[in-house]
Amino acid sequence: MPDTFRCVWIVAKRELQAYFATPIATVFLVIFVALTGAFAFYFGNFFERGQADLSTFFIYHPWIYLLLVPAIGMRLWAEERKSGTIELLMTLPLSPWEAILGKFVAAWAFIGLALILTFPMWITVNMLGQPDNGVILASYFGSFLMAGAYLAIASCISALTKNQVIAFVVAATLCFVLVMSGHEPVQNVFRAWAPEWLVSAIASLSFLSHFESITKGILDLPSIVFYASLIVFALFVNKIIIDQSKAA
Amino acid sequence: MTALIEADELTKSFGALKAVDGISLAVPRGQVLGFLGPNGAGKSTTMRLITGFLEPDTGSARIAGFDVQEQAKQAKRRLGYLPEGAPLYAEMTPKGLLAFVAELRGLRGDDLVRAIGKAVERTGLGPVLDQTIETLSKGYKRRVGIAQAILHDPEVLIMDEPTDGLDPNQKHHVRQLIMEMAKEKAIVVSTHILEEVEAVCTRAVVINKGRIVADGTAEDLMRRVPYHGAVTIRVAGDKADAVRGALAVVAGIKEVETVGAVNGVLELRAIPKNGAGIVTDVASVIRQKALVVDEIFVERGKLDDVFRQITSSDLDERNNHA
Repeated sequence: MPDTFRCVWIVAKRELQAYFATPIATVFLVIFVALTGAFAFYFGNFFERGQADLSTFFIYHPWIYLLLVPAIGMRLWAEERKSGTIELLMTLPLSPWEAILGKFVAAWAFIGLALILTFPMWITVNMLGQPDNGVILASYFGSFLMAGAYLAIASCISALTKNQVIAFVVAATLCFVLVMSGHEPVQNVFRAWAPEWLVSAIASLSFLSHFESITKGILDLPSIVFYASLIVFALFVNKIIIDQSKAA
Repeated sequence: MTALIEADELTKSFGALKAVDGISLAVPRGQVLGFLGPNGAGKSTTMRLITGFLEPDTGSARIAGFDVQEQAKQAKRRLGYLPEGAPLYAEMTPKGLLAFVAELRGLRGDDLVRAIGKAVERTGLGPVLDQTIETLSKGYKRRVGIAQAILHDPEVLIMDEPTDGLDPNQKHHVRQLIMEMAKEKAIVVSTHILEEVEAVCTRAVVINKGRIVADGTAEDLMRRVPYHGAVTIRVAGDKADAVRGALAVVAGIKEVETVGAVNGVLELRAIPKNGAGIVTDVASVIRQKALVVDEIFVERGKLDDVFRQITSSDLDERNNHA
């Protein structure tokens, strides 16, 4: 087991170094912080609401992630395939799980860093009033967890192709369906032919409804389990894909 | 002693294409096996099966006794592998990449520094250690790939076209490196440069369409050339008949054929019966009769010819089937 942690850490460290060795890190971090802030101020009317909370900040996260998380996830495996380095990586004494987890952890930690860098929002709201910092902390946690779910899906899709554009488009679309799955348009698509239990099952996969409950400050177990199991499931599929088609 | 590399009846198909069709091999310590074959013959796929990167449809492969699928980590620890085209993380420096590989190989502290130092020295990477790999020349990139493969001084070394894209000096250097390491390792090198097989390999395996079509030393292979051991004599046109007459006496000769004439100089080729050595007899008979010849030499046969012969006869076969 210690060997597994070590291998995961070594892979994760290399991945993180790769973000910072290229403009990926700067571009992503700057745009993430700018977008989350801009949405909160311009669309969320942060000041006009006159309330000391960050709900207008968090409410746009599912939409911002839709654009930015597949952008981080698309390269995880597609780039390894394209450049052939997957052959180097997978012939080192490293199990597929260790490689998958290492890459996932690195990308997730990177998104975590981006979230941490939004701390001026938190300082601002604390200077202007007395917000419930427990709710804010829970919301950050929920947002981070949700980002992990987006990322696991993107990683899984990325393993299917050597083309990063395809990986991005497919992952973003899949995430979009999951975000919208509680809404009428998506529901109607299924209601036309699927049995009722399936329709409600799909509705329960909604990223939005689970995220909303967390941002209200309720760290309810079902939502945490929902995101966690989605991550585990997507990474499990990721593993199967890597095992099945390493070279193709 | 069991072989360090063992492959049993490996097969692998991609869709309708049978890339590897029942390949078995055993490579003991001290052997350098040259893996030859035309492009698309299945060399890289075979290597990927032996390294465990690909899973075979049937058959199995072992490295130092460990099954590459069932006991993957143990097998991979004992393996150094240079994949085709030497893929590397372009944004890393050679130093960073070697450290990454060394850490995953379980090296740390002084051992890590020492192992990297030795690999760098052996491959001559010193001057470019801190440049990003994407800015390096093809030769240096290949050397980074070789350095990561030999980093942990593995018992088994598998290299897919290690000298591809190198200049003659670099090729020589890599071959020397392989020969230096040959004694204590089992090495498999794929190549389509046949002189390389003669230079470094103690055994040559030719594969075509996923099957082994020849297996032996480079010398064994060359014996398969029709003109192997034939003696060619260049002689002025008017003296040719005298030479032909003299050669008729030599017992080992099957036939003498006229290859061609250039500027009045005739080229005769004496073909031996079943590969017997005839050059001494030919030389002495010419000396006895005091014949004046311009040149006399033994045809060694070129590995290229063998290669063409072995792999193109298969082509004919395929055409006949079609």
